[in-house]
Amino acid sequence: MTTTPQSPLIELKHISKHYGEGETRVDALRDVSLEVYPGQVIGLLGPSGSGKTTLLNIIGCIVEASSGWAKLDGDVIYDNAWMKSDLRRLRLDKVGFIFQFHNLLPFLNSMENVSVVLDLAGVPADRAKQRAQELLEYLEVGHRRDAYPAHLSGGEAQRVAIARALANNPRIILADEPTAALDSERALIVMKLLRKLAVEQDAAVLAVTHDEKIYDQFDRIFHVRDGQLVTED
Amino acid sequence: MNLAYRDIKHNLGRFLLTCFGLSLLLGVVLSMIGIYRGLVDDALTLVRAPNADIWVVETGTLGPFAEASRIPGNTREDIARIAGVTAAGAMNFQSVQTQRHGQELRLYVVGYELGHPGGPINIVEGRNIGRDRYEAVADLGLGVKTGETLQLGRTAFKIVGLTEGMVASGGDPLLYMTLRDSQQLQFELSPSAVRKERARGARPGSADTVNAVVAQVSANIAPETVVQDIKRWKHLAAMSQVEQETLLTQSVVDRARKQIGLFTAILLVVSAVIIALIVYTMTMDKIREIATLKLIGAPDRTIIGMVIQQSVAMGVIGFGFGALLIVNIKDYFPRRVVLQPEDGLALAGVILIVCLLSSALGVRLALKIDPASAMGG
Repeated sequence: MTTTPQSPLIELKHISKHYGEGETRVDALRDVSLEVYPGQVIGLLGPSGSGKTTLLNIIGCIVEASSGWAKLDGDVIYDNAWMKSDLRRLRLDKVGFIFQFHNLLPFLNSMENVSVVLDLAGVPADRAKQRAQELLEYLEVGHRRDAYPAHLSGGEAQRVAIARALANNPRIILADEPTAALDSERALIVMKLLRKLAVEQDAAVLAVTHDEKIYDQFDRIFHVRDGQLVTED
Repeated sequence: MNLAYRDIKHNLGRFLLTCFGLSLLLGVVLSMIGIYRGLVDDALTLVRAPNADIWVVETGTLGPFAEASRIPGNTREDIARIAGVTAAGAMNFQSVQTQRHGQELRLYVVGYELGHPGGPINIVEGRNIGRDRYEAVADLGLGVKTGETLQLGRTAFKIVGLTEGMVASGGDPLLYMTLRDSQQLQFELSPSAVRKERARGARPGSADTVNAVVAQVSANIAPETVVQDIKRWKHLAAMSQVEQETLLTQSVVDRARKQIGLFTAILLVVSAVIIALIVYTMTMDKIREIATLKLIGAPDRTIIGMVIQQSVAMGVIGFGFGALLIVNIKDYFPRRVVLQPEDGLALAGVILIVCLLSSALGVRLALKIDPASAMGG
């Protein structure tokens, strides 16, 4: 397990999120507070509709909270009615996403799927390609650099997706069911990889999962029940 | 990294097939414009061939093409005597249908005086008419050969030369013959009809009638001045070459122009709707990819650029294919299709605007895609 440094990468205080008003109001999150430090791998568990993905979306700057306070890697992104502008850039620079079904762009090969993030960030093409190659090698899929997603196995595709998530050296990695489409062996490999990345790159990994096989790979596990966060260390 | 290009490259077959479908539609639009140009060109070919400055016709008519016109055969001598007129020639025009090798043949006979304005131009094979009787120069469009004999009425004409691209406003190929032959063909009664006329006590009318006289005017004199001089004769009307051309384009082919113009506009609207639907469907097919791009930080301009570039690429490739297709098959159209570079460029510009406008629907959809939809299964 990692030691806990002083300043958290993810800091949420009393975050609430509701959809609709009056009789149709649904409280997706209620008074959620959370701190995640560099090097930590955190698991978010809970039944469908409990608010896990909403929490991930708020941390990923995709969904605006209804109330509360949120800070990512030193940047306050939300303070009650105020929301930081240009969250797209912040997302690009600081957050890496890993999806359940890898979400690789089908019209780009492995190398391009990784370098597209760097391209969007304005990194010159040769440097972007070099970085993408390094990441693919690091994740042991360098030999598949020219393969399109349709020709990759589930494990290979997920590794390429992880490489894409890491392309910009993000401090925060958000993973939505990263092992759902993988068998036990590959799921364990992916989780060990995420742990390695968290430690080596001083990043925080927050993963939503239902996969019991990987529970022991988390530093801390939170249960989300009816929009509330329950710690289970 | 050009995402639009990568996407097209990845689905190249489907994209090209879509472009091909669009190209057929845009090819039809281009051919409609070409047909209109051909119609005008055809109408003006006959009028421009005599290289006339003035057209003299029957008073009160807009002849000889918009209306029937008959004037005395000696009018040419009267016109030639007017000050400023350097040359004049009497002409006859007549639509004829005959048979050749058992096939119906429609043609437009032009009678002219040898040695005077109004004879054939663009002779590509054989020679001009050299004898006063029974020789003809035909257009290649008729399908006849030099040396061949063509039966018209009671007379057989030897084809001595061939012209190219000489047609009447209706698209019928021209056949030139001497004025005397054309007068006989147009006005002379058959022997049995003459006998019938005589039997009822009538005298057969004179065949020395012409439809129009064309005149060339000295460069030092304005054609309008000569026109005014001619108009002083009560039995004649005159118009300048410009007036004759305007008359043809504005009255003879005006309805066709409006019809084709309207049809072209409808086809452009149909093209716009089809492009819009294709772009919308292409965007719908990429909802997850667009959501992922937005989620990983792609700005809206990247997404909009991808949609617009694909739309424009489709329009450009579709137009290119369409233009290539029409350029290669235009000669097989029953009527002349004239493709002018400026028309092609104008249509390309219109297609570009149509593509930009049509992509609005796809852009709107792309901008509405929630990046959060990339999350979850």
